[in-house]
Amino acid sequence: MKLTTEEQDMLDGKYGKAAQKSMEILTTLGEIFDAECMIDVYGVQIAGVSYANLGEAGLEFLSEMAEDGKVRVLTTLNPAGMDRENWQALGIDKEFAKNQNRAIDAFAKMGIITTCSCTPYLIGNSPHFGQHIAWAESSAVCYSNSVIGARTNREGGPSALASAITGKTPKYGYHLDKNRHGEVLIKVNAPVKGTDEFGVLGKIIGDKLVEIGKKIPYITGIPNATVEELKSFCASIATYGGTALFHMQEITPEYNEYPKPSNITFEINQEDLDKTRKELIDGDIEIDFVSIGCPHASIHEIEKIASLLKGKNVKKEFWITTARPTKRIADEVGYSKIIEDAGAKFAADTCCVVAPIKGRFKGIMVDSAKACYYGRAKNKFKVKIGSVEDCVKEAIK
Amino acid sequence: MKLNGRKIYKGTAKAEAIVTKDGISFYGGVDPDTGTIVEVGHELEGQSITGKVLVFPTGKGSTVGSYTLYRMKKNNMAPAAIVNKQIDTIIAVGCIISEIPCVDKIDIDNIKTGQKLIVNGSEGTIEIID
Repeated sequence: MKLTTEEQDMLDGKYGKAAQKSMEILTTLGEIFDAECMIDVYGVQIAGVSYANLGEAGLEFLSEMAEDGKVRVLTTLNPAGMDRENWQALGIDKEFAKNQNRAIDAFAKMGIITTCSCTPYLIGNSPHFGQHIAWAESSAVCYSNSVIGARTNREGGPSALASAITGKTPKYGYHLDKNRHGEVLIKVNAPVKGTDEFGVLGKIIGDKLVEIGKKIPYITGIPNATVEELKSFCASIATYGGTALFHMQEITPEYNEYPKPSNITFEINQEDLDKTRKELIDGDIEIDFVSIGCPHASIHEIEKIASLLKGKNVKKEFWITTARPTKRIADEVGYSKIIEDAGAKFAADTCCVVAPIKGRFKGIMVDSAKACYYGRAKNKFKVKIGSVEDCVKEAIK
Repeated sequence: MKLNGRKIYKGTAKAEAIVTKDGISFYGGVDPDTGTIVEVGHELEGQSITGKVLVFPTGKGSTVGSYTLYRMKKNNMAPAAIVNKQIDTIIAVGCIISEIPCVDKIDIDNIKTGQKLIVNGSEGTIEIID
């Protein structure tokens, strides 16, 4: 790999231990994937923040990097294992809270903005079209590549941190035009509406891509989609298909940028949506937990939940998971009061996927196909997908 | 016999080989406190990899596996070196942060468990010395 003088100096240790280790990680990845050189990144999103995933080992690594490591670019964090202010009310134990804060302190020491959210693009870590970034968090990777048209590979925790400390990433994969072409043409023949239904669609396409061994779908037949629908779709297709980039005709910015795949590889009809929705509903479910905000709820979604909950009383544990800056907006305009008066709880900084709640509930209702996957696999819950309206109805039933 | 591969992480190690045809997931598949493979049904289930040259085709599983290798190193339970047929990012990053010599692009069928190896991570070579 060709390195600039500054990059070589980092590798040689002239910028300190953390920068050296970071450059070792990046040059090695660059060699493995045949990158010619490094490129500058505008920003970084780091995953591996929840102490439940990090463990003592990860924490030790972070502490070592924090000894002399400082980030050079705008860097934000993925959700942590708990709400940093309201953890006790959410049933998180003291020992876990202590360890979680040690991890966040190590990130803060490096100059990272410790907003813990999977939707950095909603809270100020917002690259523009064509900018190079190094993001972990699969749903945000998919959103930034596809919906924004920024460029990132699917980074892991240590490689994202390495990019934050050096401001660089090796130039390969999705950073290059030649790797961003749609490979499979998919035609959707049914109306798709709501975060839940876009999640269902993401699962259908994700599963199919794994089956046929392709990565980048080119999707037609979706006339319009909201930011919230697209973020749900991204989370789902990344969870089920490992997808980092898709094109959607007349919706995503690069749909006309590269040659379109010529033949329709498969079509999706109403019965496919119905069938897959059923796969995301466990038959014998007894719901004692409702959660909205996977990925983190936008202010628009919170406004909607507030209007549905106004004057009502929640009968089940009901979490709205969101980024703390979004929660602050909800506080200011009064949505938080309406929601909390109804008995629902905000879980900022965290979510139902990364919080240590395995086995705490029997059945969870969500509007997210991604949350269904992790609810089953990681937390051993029965799951049910439904619209935001249906989730609220269930919570007050 | 000398085998030429690709340098992944620098350093040299001289130790006994432990070889498997199965992939390894360090997160969940290896106990970092005992250095033992714990994945149910794995060819090396129940065996210790501590201080050995661990030879396997490629890594699998969660990216958190890089941190598991780091924890093993801190516990003095890590393998002395790692040899892969094809490196993946989890193992590569794990070796770099834990400073474990690592070489890939080696035809691992040539190596048998119990043979003594010298792994030269800086050169990307392996020598079988008995």
